[in-house]
Amino acid sequence: MRRTNNPIIRSGIQTFALLLCSLATAAAKTASSSTGLTNIFAPESTPAKTIFNLSVFVLIITAIIFVVVLTLLVYSVTKFRGNAGNADREPAQVYGSTQIELAWTIIPILIVVVLFLATARVIHAVQDAPQPPGAVEVTAIGHQFWWEFRYPELGIVTANELHIPVSDPTHPTPTFLKLLSADTDHSFWIPQLAGKTDLIPNHPNSMWMDPHRTGVFLGQCAQYCGTQHAKMLLRVSVDTPEDFGAWARAQQRPAIQDEKVAAGRRVFEMTACINCHAVGGSAANGRFGPDLTHLMSRETIASGAAENTKANLRLWIQKPDAIKPGSLMPAMQLSDSDLDALVSYLETLR
Amino acid sequence: MSSDAMAIRNVEIESRPWVETLHGWLTTVDHKRLGILYILYALFFLVVGGLEATIIRIQLMRPHNDFVSPQVFNRMFTMHGTTMIFFVAIPVLFGFANYLVPLMIGARDMAFPRLNAFSFWLTALGGFLLYFSFLGGSGLYGAGNAPDIGWWAYAPLTSRAFSPGHSSDYWTISLLVAGFGSIGTAINLIATILSMRCPGMKLSRMPLLVWLNLIMAGMVILAISPLTAAQIMLAIDRYLGGHFFDTQSGGSATLWMHFFWIFGHPEVYVLVIPAFAFVSEIIPVFSRKPIFGYPVMVGATVCIGFVSLSVWAHHMFTIGMNSYANSFFAITTMAVGVPTGIKIFNWLGTMWGGRIQFKTPMLFCIAFLFQFLIAGLTGVMLGSAPFNWQLSGSYFVVAHFHYVIVGGILFALFAAFYYWYPKVTGRMLSESLGKLHFWLFLIGFHFTFDVMHVPGLLGMPRRIYTYEPGRGWDTLNFIVTIGAFIQGIAILVFVWNLIVSYWKGDKAGNDPWDAWTLEWSVSSPPPEYNFGSIPVVASRRPLWDLKHPEDPDSSYE
Repeated sequence: MRRTNNPIIRSGIQTFALLLCSLATAAAKTASSSTGLTNIFAPESTPAKTIFNLSVFVLIITAIIFVVVLTLLVYSVTKFRGNAGNADREPAQVYGSTQIELAWTIIPILIVVVLFLATARVIHAVQDAPQPPGAVEVTAIGHQFWWEFRYPELGIVTANELHIPVSDPTHPTPTFLKLLSADTDHSFWIPQLAGKTDLIPNHPNSMWMDPHRTGVFLGQCAQYCGTQHAKMLLRVSVDTPEDFGAWARAQQRPAIQDEKVAAGRRVFEMTACINCHAVGGSAANGRFGPDLTHLMSRETIASGAAENTKANLRLWIQKPDAIKPGSLMPAMQLSDSDLDALVSYLETLR
Repeated sequence: MSSDAMAIRNVEIESRPWVETLHGWLTTVDHKRLGILYILYALFFLVVGGLEATIIRIQLMRPHNDFVSPQVFNRMFTMHGTTMIFFVAIPVLFGFANYLVPLMIGARDMAFPRLNAFSFWLTALGGFLLYFSFLGGSGLYGAGNAPDIGWWAYAPLTSRAFSPGHSSDYWTISLLVAGFGSIGTAINLIATILSMRCPGMKLSRMPLLVWLNLIMAGMVILAISPLTAAQIMLAIDRYLGGHFFDTQSGGSATLWMHFFWIFGHPEVYVLVIPAFAFVSEIIPVFSRKPIFGYPVMVGATVCIGFVSLSVWAHHMFTIGMNSYANSFFAITTMAVGVPTGIKIFNWLGTMWGGRIQFKTPMLFCIAFLFQFLIAGLTGVMLGSAPFNWQLSGSYFVVAHFHYVIVGGILFALFAAFYYWYPKVTGRMLSESLGKLHFWLFLIGFHFTFDVMHVPGLLGMPRRIYTYEPGRGWDTLNFIVTIGAFIQGIAILVFVWNLIVSYWKGDKAGNDPWDAWTLEWSVSSPPPEYNFGSIPVVASRRPLWDLKHPEDPDSSYE
């Protein structure tokens, strides 16, 4: 009986091993072919790098444990299989061994102590890092389903696309974020720059990052916050100090007043748009939705759900559910001419 | 104790009217029948929760898929999680405990048979209430809907402002009612184990399954009570104008997190300790050796029970606790790994030097060992708080806890089904279908949950109904979905095996596995009163003593 089972099991194990190998290769291939824009193992900032180093250490320790225990398991399963030769008698009945039990209690305790010390060091290094004088301060406020960014020192209010300066390790200019929520729980996560931290109503949090190179870094809300949690995307643009300064000066200006689009501006100010949106230097000062003063300086709309193009803007105003079903932006029910005028106006908000 | 003493076997009278049979099942207080009811109830919801998982996986098969709307997707993952934890895992494990504990300690029933029935029907009502939300969520007058708050229902998503209608109320009341049922069963198990053991069965002679269920029951009381209290507080918030969790009125979102996870983490052990219990009974029998280090196994489990009460905030490393709190919960979390590791080593020690028989239950146990090892190691990674800041809330976590619950608990449960089905029905489950089930499920499981770790490492958060292409997640999600379908097919093979073998399976006899605990001394299925005469035991393996009078365990313990 047992003998007849063996080939089945052996071929099963072989298929299974093959499968695992092919899975690993496939996974490695997709991982390397991806843009790597949100890969936690491609850190570009001190907190992410510190975490990465710790994770490599933890992975090595766990891999060693895995190999040791797996070897014991495979050895026991292959070495101690029953066969016809010993089918009629019971093996030696062993009840335990104090020495062995002590060994496999003490060794894991030592491993845990080592892992804990490494962990506690990184917790302290990341969480308790002092804020240097040159740091940029940003207040990030989570909304259903978009991000509001305020720079209290610079007097800037923007949305969804965070601009921060690159931080030269010799003269660090990290960005310190204060995290708030206007409604439900959210979580701020840019995998290449830092671990995530939640935005919780009535519970201000903070985090920091100091990107070492310029570029755009992606992320998204990592705590379920309601219907459109999935399309609450994040973009962080890391600029050179010069570019950041130029961007900040542009953002500080009030909205452009262009008489050619006065009709569209009238539509904007006469409809419910201004209940939720603000445009600096105009009557619109709603705070429920993103600030639109410099809408056209952003690459995306709807918190990263669509590119910031004329067609998408038009669709977003007319039928938000086509881009982001369940978002809190209402369909504005405008006539075609009003819609065209409104989009033309929005396109001047550079 | 001998099997021929079954004088009061309940002989089936020729075909009773079905109404009478139904009435018998509905009003039963017999622990075996209630155990079977629990298990059938859980199997029904396993299929329902599995269908919900399938909908989730089809939606995520490719980026920007539109198989379901975001609203439906959010309801599906809420219902999938709530169903699988509260209406599959807990009932099925309680079912096995109900069925096996009295038989294994030589008792004729649970200590409080009517409390037992009451607890089952409360749990059943809980599941019904949860699913009634599909009809009554917005009131019967409108289109109903199910809750979409996630299975841990973080405040303030559950407040009236963000969850109008009644769907969250059904969720709350459902868990409240089921919680009372669980506490009732836990009290019953503790009373039974402490006061109904047969003569000679000292605490130190109880089968490990009984010990582990005793510890599990104690943890249920400690873990489910705060959850039940929190549900009452939430109901007060929603209906009586309370502000415990209502952040718009100064309530605390983190208070709910603490309440939920002080339930939620011990709950993982409430589920996994009975799985340990199955493995601790099955591995010795199929290795033909007693469990290695019995007192250490008991001690390690008690230790897991205590330590697991102080690890809950490792689910909350990202909520902004200070560095001391984070360090504390990191070390407690890693510390749980020590007794858990001891258990794995003791199972290996049991197999070491044995004569292993690769019957289906044993195959599932070996796969359990392999997968639980990986689940434990990814758990250590998650316990390392800074690593957790990257991993938590991502698909890595989803893969990790499915590795625990499916790769660990469900595999152990399948082992238990194949092992005790002959005792419950008197028929063997088909070995060939069993092996097919095993290999299919194993392959499907690894397709799905091995691969699922990777999108998490590549930054894919959980609970998103769709995702952007070009992040390296597309192919991986496709493979995960394929694996889910393979698992689905394996489950169908399993259910088919359960049904067919009930009529066509080989006759089991009293003791088909040549095992050693008391349940195998009675007929299959056991008579209504279990034991014609109450057995007397002298060791942990009474049937070994009986089969080997020349070399009984009782002379070594």
